[in-house]
Amino acid sequence: MLKNEKTTEEIALGIRRRVFEHAMRNNGGYLSQACSAAEQLAWLYNEELTLGAPTLPMIPKPFEGVPHVDNPEYHTGAGYNGPFEPDFDRLFIAPAHYALVAYATLIEVGRMDPEGLEMFNKDGSSVEMIGAEHSPGMEVHNGTLGIGLSTAAGLAWGRKRRGEKGKVWVYMSDGEVQEGQTWEAIQCCAHHKIDNVKAIMDVNRQQCDGAMDSVMEVGDIRAKMEHFGAVVAECDAHDLNAMRTAAQTPHEGKPLIILAHSNPFHAMPILEERFPRLHYVRFKSEDERARMNSSIADALDIDPIDYEGAH
Amino acid sequence: MAEMVSRPYERAFEKHALANPDVLCLSADLTSSCEIDKFRDDHPDQFLSLGMAEQNMMSFAGGLGLAGYRPFIHTFGVFTYRRPYDQLMASIAYPRRKVRIMGFLPGITTPGGMTHQAIEDISVMRSMPNMTILETGDATEVESICEAADSIDGPVYCRVLRGSMPRLFDTPIVVGQMRELSLGSDILIVTAGISTEEAMRATKALEGVGVSVRHLHLNTIKPFDAAAMLDHINSVKGGVITLENHVTEGGIGSLMAEIMADNGVGKKLKRLGLNDTYAHGGSRAYLMRYYGLDALALTQGIEDLMGERLGITEKDLAEARVDAVHSLAKAEGL
Ligand SMILES: Cc1ncc(C[n+]2csc(CCOP(=O)(O)OP(=O)(O)O)c2C)c(N)n1
Repeated sequence: MLKNEKTTEEIALGIRRRVFEHAMRNNGGYLSQACSAAEQLAWLYNEELTLGAPTLPMIPKPFEGVPHVDNPEYHTGAGYNGPFEPDFDRLFIAPAHYALVAYATLIEVGRMDPEGLEMFNKDGSSVEMIGAEHSPGMEVHNGTLGIGLSTAAGLAWGRKRRGEKGKVWVYMSDGEVQEGQTWEAIQCCAHHKIDNVKAIMDVNRQQCDGAMDSVMEVGDIRAKMEHFGAVVAECDAHDLNAMRTAAQTPHEGKPLIILAHSNPFHAMPILEERFPRLHYVRFKSEDERARMNSSIADALDIDPIDYEGAH
Repeated sequence: MAEMVSRPYERAFEKHALANPDVLCLSADLTSSCEIDKFRDDHPDQFLSLGMAEQNMMSFAGGLGLAGYRPFIHTFGVFTYRRPYDQLMASIAYPRRKVRIMGFLPGITTPGGMTHQAIEDISVMRSMPNMTILETGDATEVESICEAADSIDGPVYCRVLRGSMPRLFDTPIVVGQMRELSLGSDILIVTAGISTEEAMRATKALEGVGVSVRHLHLNTIKPFDAAAMLDHINSVKGGVITLENHVTEGGIGSLMAEIMADNGVGKKLKRLGLNDTYAHGGSRAYLMRYYGLDALALTQGIEDLMGERLGITEKDLAEARVDAVHSLAKAEGL
């Protein structure tokens, strides 16, 4: 019903256009994450995940408080991924700073109104810059990196015990392999034979300080993960057929982790000028903003963004 | 209107580290967010990149301490104690290593939401034996934080402000010495960090309606000289009020409660801060209003304490602004 109205390629392009427009109007943003992640999130939502229809309004409600005994109406943003029913999958976005890209994906797949993005990072809005648990499409609070896979493993183990068919997917970033908890999570999945948990990791080789190799080398991620007990598949993060094939890798009794090797300036080649400082692209001058605007608009086949009057 | 100063930490750290070769600069993948990117580029020999791996960094810093170095840890405050609490305790606090923890973006000064907001750090550190706690409230304090922290014989946790900030004081931090900002006789206001600027605005408005305010600013939260504070408590006719960029449990409000109870002071105490709640993402000014951490919340708290309406409005407080710049600047990105 929600599936296949658009191709996954179209959705990925739509995500990049939305994030680009947003970054232009706001003089910066998590732009590089749209380059690296668009196909992965488009593929998850448009093809791989089995989700029910959204249970929360298309136009996100304002912030309604944090979990507290005095806030009985509290709910997370999970409803944008459909109801919690035994056959439906769940998705955790572990690097919560990818929220802008995740929100753009919700819009592209018809789970959130485009107005939702206008609320991004606005005071009093639930559409937070670092996705909070109450933000659209967010199911648990991540953002402190390295906790997503463990939570997913626990949920997956519990669901399996209850005989639920739904899987638990985690969207991960490669920076997370520097955190010890990631390894504890894989070890635990292997020990308890948790094979209804699946992860796709955006291996863009970037982190806040720049190229990961210059910050803290992590070596051969695949070999390390296999030693800890995961089944690992690899693909080009911009090749959807390769992604589809990777997801078919058998992994009985073990978690599946897809390493999606991405290009942090894919489809926006001018961003390479900013390498290796791509984590949060804030335009340094009006000239740079204007040049990026025309170049990226051209690459995405749209008109330059009219950002006069924005901030 | 106060002078605004841009990135005072960057210069202060460089100056201090260059004068002290046993000082090392540690970073956990938030190098430019903690204003040490220039230091990394200019002085790579004194800089250690430890990646996004805070647990290892804490124990590693303990090891550097054992080797006779004085590591300065740079990351957001939350990441220095939530995940690596055990490491902080066993590798740093227990053996009294001279590790200087520079916790950036204290409390609601970050728009990053729950996972980025250190709202209970003071409480955690106060209950940790051997830990010293310092907090900066203006550019001058940030400029002097490195020297102050490095003078401590043991570990120290600092709440550090970054970016553009007002200069409220003209003398550096003297560890253990609170600042007496006004010495009135009706109400005692105790603040630290960014709350001080709010209280200074409130003080102007309060004096305008005839309330005599005694206002103290704390930059040293632990250890604490109760005797000096007791004199101030006894110097006001009315009660005591605290305003903090922190939960109301375990921070300076609790500190005052302990001093008052320990000494049998029979006065009212009102503690303002995050009231048993997590915060969420948003601009600093918005969050301060939403959670009642600003000058208006303080004047309302004082009305409650005094049991009378003073008629101070948001407009009166706006006119008493200490600065007009940074509260409008919405932090984008981290
Ligand atoms: C435990 C923890 N430490 C530090 C941070 C601050 N932080 C946010 S994103 C990030 C690293 C970004 O690298 P990566 O996760 O690979 O994301 P990408 O570069 O693809 O944006 C860091 C250190 C955090 N969110 N959580």
